[in-house]
Amino acid sequence: MTQFLGLYNYWIVVFLMMVGFYVLISQGNLVKKMIGLTVFQTSVIIMYITMGKITGGTAPVLLDREAVYSNPLPHVLMLTAIVVGVATTAVGYALIVRIKEAFGTVEEDEIEDSAL
Amino acid sequence: MIASLIPEFVTQHAPVLQVVIPLMGAALCSMLWRPRLAWGFALLVAWVTFLIAVALLYNVLQTGPISYEIGGWAAPLGIEYRVDALGAFVIFLVASMAAVVTPYARDSVEQELEPNRISLFYTLYLLFIAGMLGILVTGDVFNLFVFLEISSLSVYVLISMGRDRRALTSAFSYLVMGSIGATFIVIGIGLMYAMTGTLNMADLAMRLPAVMDTRTIPVALAFITVGISLKLALFPLHLWLPNAYTFAPSAVSAIVASTSSKVAVYMFLRFFFTIFGVGFAFDVMGLQYVLMPLALIAALATSLVAIFETNVKRLLAYSSLAQIGYIVLGISFGTELGVTAAILHVFNHGLMKGALFLAVGCLVYRIGSVDLHHIRGIGRRMPLTMAAVVAGGLSLIGMPLTVGFISKWYLLLAAVDRGWWPIVIVLLATSLMAMIYIWRIVEAAYFQPLPDEHADVREAPLTLLIPTWILVTANFYFGIDSSFTTDIARRAAESLLGMLP
Repeated sequence: MTQFLGLYNYWIVVFLMMVGFYVLISQGNLVKKMIGLTVFQTSVIIMYITMGKITGGTAPVLLDREAVYSNPLPHVLMLTAIVVGVATTAVGYALIVRIKEAFGTVEEDEIEDSAL
Repeated sequence: MIASLIPEFVTQHAPVLQVVIPLMGAALCSMLWRPRLAWGFALLVAWVTFLIAVALLYNVLQTGPISYEIGGWAAPLGIEYRVDALGAFVIFLVASMAAVVTPYARDSVEQELEPNRISLFYTLYLLFIAGMLGILVTGDVFNLFVFLEISSLSVYVLISMGRDRRALTSAFSYLVMGSIGATFIVIGIGLMYAMTGTLNMADLAMRLPAVMDTRTIPVALAFITVGISLKLALFPLHLWLPNAYTFAPSAVSAIVASTSSKVAVYMFLRFFFTIFGVGFAFDVMGLQYVLMPLALIAALATSLVAIFETNVKRLLAYSSLAQIGYIVLGISFGTELGVTAAILHVFNHGLMKGALFLAVGCLVYRIGSVDLHHIRGIGRRMPLTMAAVVAGGLSLIGMPLTVGFISKWYLLLAAVDRGWWPIVIVLLATSLMAMIYIWRIVEAAYFQPLPDEHADVREAPLTLLIPTWILVTANFYFGIDSSFTTDIARRAAESLLGMLP
């Protein structure tokens, strides 16, 4: 049972990753594509956080030597990854705004039609 | 003698200065609103970066790999910057391309961009270079991911600044593909971290053998291979590349085509040889059985597409994909000769595609379009520009006395060394196809009548021609005296394959 609970987070990671990836591939609307991409990237954050977690572990701030603590490094790495993700999303939506101005639509098939 | 000319401070901190100077330069550049001022500042930064790269390459060749501790924190805890022969060689390529393309950019960018965007253009341009150089100096895999995203995010925006509105959609599809690639790389890094508890490359290489037979490490290798292949545009993950190169502003096409995929190749070599080790990646996992067919298909299929392209920029983009095929083919041999050929071709292809895209940028500057239909007879009006295209084309085909010949020769040697004759035939066939698509440009530009609307087209200005011809000259210089490049490539290959300490 603990084995299953321990793996529970990783099932969520795989589920979110596949949902995000599917939305990214299947949707023709650029905004929906960006949503898919964001979900896809977010799943990785849960994966890293899960790696660092120890059951019963606490934050390693002013602890005794014997105290059980979770590894803080994955959290720090994911702060960086969140910043990167925010920047990617911002650039993506900015591009979508410009695409809307230039083509008058954010639907992929209509863009392809008007580009011809 | 040269060593005494470099200030000691620079020698000591060269690896970090290599990144910090363009990074800080980008921040300062965004505050300079006058276009010419921003360009002048970017030029200064690019040239200083180039000088540091030369000093770094010199020191690495003299004393061996350089290790630098950021903030004085020692390796496994702190972030280590590490430059070896391979890193210094690719840094030299990136920095010299930046030093040549920046002077070119002034007139080309002023014509293609609105004035209020120009200083932001140079900000992103410097940020892109800082990201590329960061990937090359860092010895920490997560740091590598951050620099990868710095350079990728700035390149998406640089591409979207092209004049054609399709630049926007091609930048968007590059953003989607590039982000998937980067996310795959982070997943791979995360899996490696979960098994070893370290992010330092040398440390990873030491601790990975103990956990090689778990299922996690092969999965990590698979994620990283697919992620880098997306960034590298290895067939069949190349769909973003032709549009991105075609619709980007001329200066951006030149710098991206000559550096970005080269840095992705560097990541390939770093992960396969330094971190996982050739024994695991090739002998246990059999990566060559995946890479070699893809590389051969890439070289054949994209050369074939290039023959039927009518837009010269897109034609060159497809030819870049074929060249990426050659480079990956060299890696997939897994022998010293093969890796030497791959590293050589990284440098040489940077030189030839840089020269070709700069020359094509001159055509864009004067004519506005580089469709084969629009460049009819232009050889008579712009003789120096078209001569540069022909010279770069000869190098691409692999004529003797050009750099293209040197790297193809090494690839052939590597194939013969393994006794794989079918690959020799593929190499010759794709060179023949290169001859066909270069000939189509020559035929249009020299043998067709000049249409009336181009009767008063003048030669491109010297500010564009001089950088172009510097690269063309380099194509011939390193093709005639190849001892400098082949020596470094061989040393880099030896150290990657563990023949040197």
